[in-house]
Amino acid sequence: MTQSSLLGQITDYANRADPYPIYAELRKTPVLHEEEGGAYVIGSYYDILHLLHDPRISSDAANLAAAGDDELTGPDSTGLPPSFIRLDPPEHDRLRRIANSSFGPPHCPRRIDSMRGELSRIVTELIDGLGDAREIDLVDQFAYPFPVTVICRLLGVPREDEPRFRTWVDPLVASLDPDTRRSADTEFQKAAQDARMQLGMYLAGLVEQRTKEPQDDMLSDLATSQGADGTLSMMEVLSTAVLLLIAGHETTVNLITNGMLTLLRNPEILQRLREDPGLSVRIVEELLRFEPPVQLVPQRTCIADIELRGTTIPKGSRIWLVLASGNRDPERFTDPDRFDPDRPDIEHLGFGSGIHSCFGAPLARLETQIALAELARRLDSPRLLQDPPPYRQNAVLRGPRHLPLAIGGVRP
Amino acid sequence: MPGEDSLERLRREGRIVIVGASLAGLRAAETLRAEGFGGSLTLIGDEPYEPYDRPPLSKAVLLGKASADHTELPRLRAVDATWRLGVAASGLDMAGRRVRLADGGEVPYDRLLIATGVRARPWPKEAEAQLDGVFVLRTRDDAVKLERRMKIGPRRVFVIGAGFTGSEIASACRDQGIEVTVAERADAPLVGALGGVVGAVAADMQRENGVDLRTGVMVTGLEGDSTGRVRAAHLSDGSVVETDVVVVSLGATRNTEWLAGSGLGAGPRGIACDAGCRAFDFRGIVTDDVYAAGDVARSPNPLFGYQFLSLEHWGNAVAQAEVAAHNMISAGADRRPHMWVPAFWSSQFGVNIKSVGVPSMGDEIMITQGSLAERRFTGVYGYQGRVIAAVSFDNTRWLEFYQRLIETGAPFPPEFETVDRRPEGRQPVPADFPDPSLPTHGPTVTLSGYSPGDRQLVFTPAHP
Repeated sequence: MTQSSLLGQITDYANRADPYPIYAELRKTPVLHEEEGGAYVIGSYYDILHLLHDPRISSDAANLAAAGDDELTGPDSTGLPPSFIRLDPPEHDRLRRIANSSFGPPHCPRRIDSMRGELSRIVTELIDGLGDAREIDLVDQFAYPFPVTVICRLLGVPREDEPRFRTWVDPLVASLDPDTRRSADTEFQKAAQDARMQLGMYLAGLVEQRTKEPQDDMLSDLATSQGADGTLSMMEVLSTAVLLLIAGHETTVNLITNGMLTLLRNPEILQRLREDPGLSVRIVEELLRFEPPVQLVPQRTCIADIELRGTTIPKGSRIWLVLASGNRDPERFTDPDRFDPDRPDIEHLGFGSGIHSCFGAPLARLETQIALAELARRLDSPRLLQDPPPYRQNAVLRGPRHLPLAIGGVRP
Repeated sequence: MPGEDSLERLRREGRIVIVGASLAGLRAAETLRAEGFGGSLTLIGDEPYEPYDRPPLSKAVLLGKASADHTELPRLRAVDATWRLGVAASGLDMAGRRVRLADGGEVPYDRLLIATGVRARPWPKEAEAQLDGVFVLRTRDDAVKLERRMKIGPRRVFVIGAGFTGSEIASACRDQGIEVTVAERADAPLVGALGGVVGAVAADMQRENGVDLRTGVMVTGLEGDSTGRVRAAHLSDGSVVETDVVVVSLGATRNTEWLAGSGLGAGPRGIACDAGCRAFDFRGIVTDDVYAAGDVARSPNPLFGYQFLSLEHWGNAVAQAEVAAHNMISAGADRRPHMWVPAFWSSQFGVNIKSVGVPSMGDEIMITQGSLAERRFTGVYGYQGRVIAAVSFDNTRWLEFYQRLIETGAPFPPEFETVDRRPEGRQPVPADFPDPSLPTHGPTVTLSGYSPGDRQLVFTPAHP
């Protein structure tokens, strides 16, 4: 793939800070297919929305491998079966329902809301911990440790183990990046699979302990689930736990960081948030549209020929759904490149849609609402020290690696 | 142009009257104000309450999880209206542009919107219907009375009719451990709306949840004791079921009696109107100052052969009210057609049921995803070689796709591969709808034929 191809430009790190002009270019070709055997890339809002609900589109890892994906995604290669994000119904539905029965309605309608107080306490501690510093890195000192702490408590993973599991999470997350140059590298792939297995083994120890002595956390619930859908096998518990642990923080860190970055670029909105913490609800929705932490979904394939805007996407093709592009589609949103929390209608694709729509959405929303409202209230005259900031490598889970800020101090 | 002057005057200082103060009436009022209507607005409702939401009445309210007096509809904006609540409209003088009220009053209008909806069809034998313990469920008052009676622990609830409301009531009973018998004239629950294939699944669901479901039977009579309380129901198969609560769930009757003699094209099947929500008079000539929306309206839908559809659906009430309100204060070229694809949902026995399109038009059904046996599936209905409807049990998130198939007239049966396609879904089977002439609770979508004036219908899309 040449760097001049649009798909290459999307994955090119040089464009990480501002991929939106490339997405605008992408939308000029409703179904972009640049090379034989390559992915079909979709960037328009309505097309993405339709395909997210289309039962001819599969998320199954096995179909993806058959479609010529370079990743070694089969269950044999890692020892862990795919998690529900990489499965189709009925397996997907069963696993997701069981996971949900300890997370959200109808079985657990209050789980997230009941964490509100705890989330505020964690935020307060982290901001207090900034001390007298006049220069901070929002990512390392706040946006990363906050969701990590939250997902650890929710799952029942000891917070102090974070340095251990981080060494396994990092290569796993890197493997989600569709950088074709690196993912062709078998060493790189093997490292990711080793990491997934190691993380699974680490979690296995915790799950074993929870099976004997269940506690009030999701690992215990997953290990002991016994609803209408039956029980999870140990391997299913582990692949679900790996998914929740990673998805539970690797996305929210970007949402919070993108949020602060966007607010500092729009100081009048930051000021309004300072005066009215309730505005955080609309700000987070608009952020999910404007700077979504998951930029694209590169892991779908079609299991039948699909006719889209006069183009036939042949059965077996890989499909990329560029959510962040759909979110800036002028056919759907007026003045899409403006950050405007007052929009009357922000039906964004930030959490996807259809059966794979973000499982953790209610938690991510609440975390980011509390985080941004408190940062706005307590950070005294925050200022960007670097704009654009340095970004993480990843084109899918896109966000700043660091966000250096100057602050006048921390308000009580 | 003089027409534009008068439209401007209407928008500025006209009098708009809305008869029916429920979902459609409220949303129409809000739309009128949102679109800049500055004149006087009067809402007339026969119930004494501000607009409230009905779907929870047969679900959360019966379960005691929500209170019937806390189901007010959220207000999207201030409507600055005169509310005439607790007074029914009793007549319409089209020539004099007045609505007569049951209390003798009259309200003049420049534009009228009729959104009087439907009411529960009562038990036909009046003396039996009067027995203590015999209920219907449509209004907030109905729900309060029924919930109160269910709370004191009846030995058995007897539900007549296994349509959506009847089935939801049975579900609420079982949820609370109350014994319940359901009597249905057809061979299974929900057959009027979804056909026999899906009805069989609904029947299994009921029985597995401990409902004493009697199908293929009619209720021949309700028996009271010496104090006037209901004590038993008699069935056409000769059996007698002892019960202390009877819920009559035989579908709905359209509230059009008050329009008798008015000259409007209104009758038991509703008020005929064009796609722009303008009501027809009885000659089939469209009026320009009387509009209809919600359950009471029947209008032609281009997706279904321009047949007139009556839709007892929440979403339809909202969408049609918005179109009606917009058209009431817009010039001809700016008017919009109401082209809603029917959609409704129900939740019962822990399963979410949702449908799009008009299943009752379908002659075949094909299970394209999931499995009937697992009660998690999507079924597609076909009519004359095209996709006409779809239904899902716990499979809601795929329905948007099937809605597009309906809208684009996609061929039936759908041959393409889908995720979760099972062997049972390779062949279409007869959808098995009962003979429509057989009275039952009926579907929630009714095809009510063709307009007498259908040749005069010209649609004006907003953006040609």
